[in-house]
Amino acid sequence: MKELIKVRDLNLHFKELHVLKSINMEIYDKTVTSVIGPSGCGKSTYLRCFNRMNDLKDAAIDGEIILDEENIYSRATDVTSLRMKVGMVFQKPNPFPKSIFENTAFGLKIQGKMKGSEIEGRVEQSLRDVWLWDEVKDRLKDSAMSLSGGQQQRLCMARALATNPEIILLDEPTSALDPRSTNKIEELCVELKKEVTILIVTHNIAQAARISDYTAFLYLGELVEYGETKLMFTVPKDKKTEEYISGKFG
Amino acid sequence: MKKRKILEFAGEWALKLSVGISLAFLFLFLFMIFSKGAGRLSISFLTQMPKNGMTEGGIFPAIIGTLSLTLLSMLIAFPLGVLSGIFLSEYGKPAWLVSIIKTSINTLSGTPSIVFGLFGLSVFVIGFNMGVSILSGSLTLAVLILPIIINATVESIKSVPFDFREAAFSLGATKRQVITRVILPAAAPGILTGSIISVGRAAGETAPILFTAATFYTRRLPKSVMDEVMAMPYHIYALMTEGTAPESQVPIAYGTAVVLLLLVLIINGTAILIRYRMRKRRNW
Amino acid sequence: MKTKEFLFKYITLAAASLSILFLMGIILSIFKEGLPLFNDINFSDFIFGRKWHPTDEPADLGIFPLISGSIFVTLGALLVGVPLGVGSAIYLSEIASTNVREALKPFIEILAGIPSVIYGLFGMAVLAPLVRKLFNVPTGLNLFSASIILGIMIIPIISSLSEDALSAVSKELREASLALGANRIETIFKVVLPAASSGVISSIILGFGRAIGETMVVLMVSGGAAMLPKSIFSPVRPMTSAIASEMGEAVNGSQHFQALYGIAIVLFLITFLSSLLMQWFAGRENRE
Repeated sequence: MKELIKVRDLNLHFKELHVLKSINMEIYDKTVTSVIGPSGCGKSTYLRCFNRMNDLKDAAIDGEIILDEENIYSRATDVTSLRMKVGMVFQKPNPFPKSIFENTAFGLKIQGKMKGSEIEGRVEQSLRDVWLWDEVKDRLKDSAMSLSGGQQQRLCMARALATNPEIILLDEPTSALDPRSTNKIEELCVELKKEVTILIVTHNIAQAARISDYTAFLYLGELVEYGETKLMFTVPKDKKTEEYISGKFG
Repeated sequence: MKKRKILEFAGEWALKLSVGISLAFLFLFLFMIFSKGAGRLSISFLTQMPKNGMTEGGIFPAIIGTLSLTLLSMLIAFPLGVLSGIFLSEYGKPAWLVSIIKTSINTLSGTPSIVFGLFGLSVFVIGFNMGVSILSGSLTLAVLILPIIINATVESIKSVPFDFREAAFSLGATKRQVITRVILPAAAPGILTGSIISVGRAAGETAPILFTAATFYTRRLPKSVMDEVMAMPYHIYALMTEGTAPESQVPIAYGTAVVLLLLVLIINGTAILIRYRMRKRRNW
Repeated sequence: MKTKEFLFKYITLAAASLSILFLMGIILSIFKEGLPLFNDINFSDFIFGRKWHPTDEPADLGIFPLISGSIFVTLGALLVGVPLGVGSAIYLSEIASTNVREALKPFIEILAGIPSVIYGLFGMAVLAPLVRKLFNVPTGLNLFSASIILGIMIIPIISSLSEDALSAVSKELREASLALGANRIETIFKVVLPAASSGVISSIILGFGRAIGETMVVLMVSGGAAMLPKSIFSPVRPMTSAIASEMGEAVNGSQHFQALYGIAIVLFLITFLSSLLMQWFAGRENRE
């Protein structure tokens, strides 16, 4: 398996609080990797390290995250182009109060490199990728707010996919959705990994087992165990992992 | 026990009465102005020049004057106010500068309008040698309404959910792009509401234009922003206090008051309507 | 890309800094024109002098009658505006049904935007003749009439700000009081109002600032006599009205001109202090 991202000795502090402790791991290209762990273990914060969203919250970070041979925390990194390469979908669907088309085209438009017709093609492709095209093709000009929660979340995925990222980060993307929409997103993840690497944070252990190839178990800011999902869920190496996935705490 | 019942009863009625009296006052006020002035309204009143030492004719030049003062002051204050609001709510650093700016804005909004008039007189009229003119008056009014627009901008930006910012940043937008493409469009109705209210304020103010722009009587319409103008609020005041023929001038003052009142009511009503529709439509 | 970011940020910074410049401009301009006066007369004679005869030779430039005119008119306005404004606010936030409240609030807001010159017109043409007849006084343009009009004018200001403060009081507090057997009025006056006191007080200070700084109403309705009032039906000349009515005839740079700017300094300081006080109260609410 080809490594897409290497995390090296990553530490993160919010003021005095030591949130992430010396994490080392590799994320493999075109796979689904899930990060699980009890609430407050730092998994969302960890996810946000990959597109430097923690910069918005004045986090102090040391260590390296290497993507395409480059440390994204080096001084030379342009954060905005990094974020074009690393898409993100949030816990609560958060489309902009704009039309469905404008939402999907947002990333492309701020890049300012493409012509109108190219953008249209890309928007269609992204919406097809998330199985939304047939549902919205006749009403691209309608407000994104008129969509259902599940559709909104898929629109947010399309929005993240439109700039052709190498990896997308999903931060508990189904926790605000009903079971049917959740199913759809899960199926989508499995389908999408042909094109793009997926890193998903979830509090739903069964979900991690269903869709991911690799699983990382995070506890109190430490990476307790990381490996192939199948192995981890059948023969966990660590006692804590076993307790967590068998539902003894969480 | 009985005393408590009586007090409760009395208390409730006292509160109802205070609303009743307030509303009665205000209705009486509006009713008197409209009933005395409405009869004056006609196309010719709106479109004709004053005649015979302002005992007859219309108020066309005063309407033009008020509109030009209001528009120009808005043209100056709106961009400044929105940009200031963006700085205060989105950049907000360094903290010491922000706190000085906020104190300045609060102080400006509490300063009496006549003091703005004196400021305009000594800075614009005399200092910059602009004379008594539309420009001097509009600049003075612009400084007066600036705090309203800034506060409206800050409040509206504050109400834009953090989710939108986060989503925009995650797509690789720069701070400027987040502000101009996501935050400002989402905050626009609120900013608009506040700004429209400030238009109403500018249209109705008298004291700031007393020495900076207004003139009692002119035979011609302004040709440039360097001309002095008649204005509706000043016209009302002048007719009531400096007029020589009250029996024919007081009715004109009422007529002017109705026109000004309608203008301001329409402006503020529009603002409130926009906000109402925005709240109903907003689903975030 | 980078330069655009930089430019945008500093343009907004420059725009925001203009507010400081404008405030400085106001302060400097009134002090520059007003301070030279105190080379000729001393400050306490200016403030406490009982006579205001600016056009006499030599002129009497004591603004005590003007200050007291302002203060009496403002106190009168608060006497009218505070009970009615706060009472309306309590009614709207605590007693009125949602429908009534939603209908009345925009109405109050619209009233808050009515130009003061129209209030002045109403005072001159409707209230003053009524007062003259009703109380059998020589003129209806006096302290009493001006106070009433100003009082009505500040009702919407006081009531909308007080209402915000009252609505911000938590529901739990009200429920706790009602659960202890207090009735609605007791809950309002013993629990809700004290909890909202900072906000209500700051609304009153705002009303004070608005009333003492108001020009057109007092210029038109207060009668214009620069004397200490003998009764509530005496005509008075508040500070704002002196500036507005006399600036037109004062020669640029003359002592009279300087004295009018001197009045503006006093006025500015009063409103500045009241706005500081208001911010302090508003801040206290946030701290609590």
